[in-house]
Amino acid sequence: MNIALKVWRQKNSQTPGKMVDYKLSDVSPDMSFLEMFDVLNEELSHKGEEPVAFDHDCREGICGMCSMYINGRPHGPETGTTTCQLHMRSFNDGDTIVVEPWRARAFPVIKDLVVDREAFDRIIQAGGYVSVNTGSAPDANDILIPREIADEAMDAAQCIGCGACVAACKNASAMLFTAAKISQLAVLPQGHAEHQLRAERMVAQMDAEGFGACSFTGACSVECPKSISLDHIARLNREYLGAKLASNNA
Amino acid sequence: MIDVLEEQETGIKLDSKAPEGPLAEKWAKHKFNLKLVNPANKRKYEIIVVGTGLAGASAAAALGELGYNVKAFCFQDSPRRAHSIAAQGGINAAKNYQNDGDSVFRLFYDTIKGGDYRARESNVHRLAEVSVNIIDQCVAQGVPFAREYGGALANRSFGGSQVSRTFYARGQTGQQLLLGAYSALSRQVANGKVKLFPRTEMLDLVIEGGKARGIITRNLVTGKIESHSGHAVLLCTGGYGNVFYLSTNAMGSNVTAAWRAHKKGALFGNPCFTQIHPTCIPVKGKYQSKLTLMSESLRNDGRVWVPKTKEIAEKVQKGEIKAKDIKEEDRDYFLERRYPSFGNLVPRDVASRNAKNVCDEGRGVAASGLAVYLDFADAIKRDSKKVIEAKYGNLFEMYEKIVDEDPYETPMKIYPAVHYTMGGLWVDYNLMTNVPGLYALGEANFSDHGANRLGASALMQGLADGYFVIPYTLGDYLATIGPADKIPTTHPAFKDAEQTVNDTISRMLSIKGDKTAEEFHRQLGHIMWEYCGMARNAEGLAKAKKMIQDLRKEFWTNLRLTGSDMELNPALEQASRVADFLELGELMVDDALNRNESCGGHFREEYSTEDGEAKRDDEHYTYVAAWEYKGPNQPEKLHKEMLKFETVKLTQRSYK
Ligand SMILES: Cc1cc2nc3c(=O)[nH]c(=O)nc-3n(C[C@H](O)[C@H](O)[C@H](O)COP(=O)(O)OP(=O)(O)OC[C@H]3O[C@@H](n4cnc5c(N)ncnc54)[C@H](O)[C@@H]3O)c2cc1C
Ligand code: SF4
Ligand code: FES
Repeated sequence: MNIALKVWRQKNSQTPGKMVDYKLSDVSPDMSFLEMFDVLNEELSHKGEEPVAFDHDCREGICGMCSMYINGRPHGPETGTTTCQLHMRSFNDGDTIVVEPWRARAFPVIKDLVVDREAFDRIIQAGGYVSVNTGSAPDANDILIPREIADEAMDAAQCIGCGACVAACKNASAMLFTAAKISQLAVLPQGHAEHQLRAERMVAQMDAEGFGACSFTGACSVECPKSISLDHIARLNREYLGAKLASNNA
Repeated sequence: MIDVLEEQETGIKLDSKAPEGPLAEKWAKHKFNLKLVNPANKRKYEIIVVGTGLAGASAAAALGELGYNVKAFCFQDSPRRAHSIAAQGGINAAKNYQNDGDSVFRLFYDTIKGGDYRARESNVHRLAEVSVNIIDQCVAQGVPFAREYGGALANRSFGGSQVSRTFYARGQTGQQLLLGAYSALSRQVANGKVKLFPRTEMLDLVIEGGKARGIITRNLVTGKIESHSGHAVLLCTGGYGNVFYLSTNAMGSNVTAAWRAHKKGALFGNPCFTQIHPTCIPVKGKYQSKLTLMSESLRNDGRVWVPKTKEIAEKVQKGEIKAKDIKEEDRDYFLERRYPSFGNLVPRDVASRNAKNVCDEGRGVAASGLAVYLDFADAIKRDSKKVIEAKYGNLFEMYEKIVDEDPYETPMKIYPAVHYTMGGLWVDYNLMTNVPGLYALGEANFSDHGANRLGASALMQGLADGYFVIPYTLGDYLATIGPADKIPTTHPAFKDAEQTVNDTISRMLSIKGDKTAEEFHRQLGHIMWEYCGMARNAEGLAKAKKMIQDLRKEFWTNLRLTGSDMELNPALEQASRVADFLELGELMVDDALNRNESCGGHFREEYSTEDGEAKRDDEHYTYVAAWEYKGPNQPEKLHKEMLKFETVKLTQRSYK
């Protein structure tokens, strides 16, 4: 296959970036999207140009590191797929592919396609945990958890923290990411004791980071590579409202 | 009995510190004998934890909870992305929830035997003991393990074990365990006890006065070289499987932290012990950047086969016929045929070697001839497609995404790939290397898996080390040295180390040759796979040694690097890691050459039985090979920690 690429190049956070055109021939349909970028980067290195910086690590759709905005969609055209799992067979010979970084105020560009997602870590630090110290846990089977509840928690817990939901949202809201964690812990008995405080703190942090408001359009869930459901946002809203009422009454 | 080996010549004394007394009482007794740090004094200590995978995140969280000040480093943009996230299958624990005869002793025994009797009894027994606490801890954190309808935890049997002791969270167990540890870590960040340094790579270890004093790092975004001082340094930096270039490891997994510590004096244990996993998606093209694992659990239901004859296999390779065109009597279910009692569930090393052998005979499938079938047709016929889908749906989907074939319709094609490294920094029972104050946890150490690791036990070891071992053993060292025993980063030892790191980087940038780090890495990987992979022999290893030396020379005269050091520069990061792999590779070859026996993942063709099974030599090789660095391009010096078996009897493994 022959592929034309338009790639966002930006030296660092202080320098303005621009789209740059590249051409690649001999692209195999069995290549992954990132392997196609590897080939491009090798060519650039040999020409004495700087390779395109992009984030990636596991290359099997689980670490959440890869993050390319491809033809106007986070992680490209396939649903339920991360950039690293996307293959060139999803494109046609002669296609022009536009590749940009995630765009969001809370995710500043570091270089080329690499953005800073530490805001997500800070949201988790605000309350995305159960306050239990090592060594003080009861026997694991002392807490029986019905299978449906465990499955529901697992559905939410699958979030890989990639940020595609933010990139997909016209308001750059981080609701789906935040809701997934709040929901996972809220449905489990272990996490229930702190559920209101958790919701309040994590939402406050999300706002402080500069993520936009959620207008419930659902774009996030469509583009989420793990298909995290919008139901979790609904649960977050209930949790949050409950927490607000509780703290107002206190 | 204490395992001590004195080295008259260099003065290095390998003391395993394995406690005396009955096996089952060693850990309890040892814990009692360890010194404690007074609670009010804990905040006077600074601990450096490099790596935030299961081992590092759990250690940093647990130490923060105790009141120590912790600095945690990782090269990814978030601690949550460490390579542990990718583990699929599960984690073992001797809970015996299934009432099927499991026990701490059985888990201990299986692990020692599975490791082909090349691990320390004391360490492995402790691992089995604390395994039960791990599950309790993870459940308390909210890790959503699979459950039965009644609400109790579910288990499966894994990797050929005779009991069901594996806990799992769909096909994403590593992810859920790591997110649990990451949440505990995040809580300590919020409490101010842990400070995170993401996108930061350790490039050197600082030793002064014979003790580990801190590390030198590069900020991967700004390129700045920085010093961090602490009372102890914990390396939790994972395995080095990427020395083979193609492996199931994440792209960034590397040996740099461990290797640079090795060059500063830490001994490297059993470097040649590599695990080749039998069920991975085969290599497809020359652009291939990594290999994807298909969980071992698939072997519970899939049958492994190749065509009986070379002639039929050739037709498959040329694409003239497909799997379904091959008649039942023309198929060779070679694992079932050779190992009637274990069949498709033989341990990883055995399954991998047999797959290689049938492909070497020309009976492999796929265009390359380097693949065997893993067939679910019988399982689907027996249990229905729905049942198989419920068990393996996500794996089948992943396979189809990569290969573009539907495994419900046509058998999967699989081939062995490098997966895990049992070798690593030598540590004693306290997880301390021979350098006082320097510890190694998780896959980065050599300790618990001998010459072959059993499925679902790496996750167990990482969390055991971090949550339940290091919080005790580290305190003993800290209480001994006291809070004042620390040097500032202005000390010449730090400045000198910074200088060396800067010089190495400048040197790489100044070569301006023709070959990229990627090309060197591929070439090295090819040498390692060909000569130091699934089967090794003295002739091939000697050849590989020379090839690696030549390649290393070429690296330092012909490396092509773009960009500068004072910015985000992934090519520079890669070059610096490849430089270390080029040194490690030679040591792996030396170690493989030294070990004139076959054990676990180390198969020397000269040392096999008549029907091609591994032949151990207990008389001469019941030891840990711990290598000491002696300077650039110098042969390393071998130290031996003799392994003493007080409880188990050494037998030849048989899965027939
Ligand atoms: C595909 C796959 C599936 C697996 N499935 C299973 C399974 O089902 N069950 C099982 O028990 N095991 C499994 N394993 C093995 C297991 O996942 C690993 O052995 C284990 O997770 C290693 O954990 P760790 O904490 O030691 O290291 P890692 O998780 O590899 O973490 C290493 C950390 O060190 C950091 N680091 C490395 N070098 C530096 C440096 N120089 N400077 C700063 N930071 C650095 C990294 O950023 C990272 O945070 C699997 C492995 C693979 C590859
Ligand atoms: S919710 Fe989905 S899109 Fe958002 S971070 Fe999690 S996995 Fe990515
Ligand atoms: S590289 Fe890990 S999810 Fe894509």
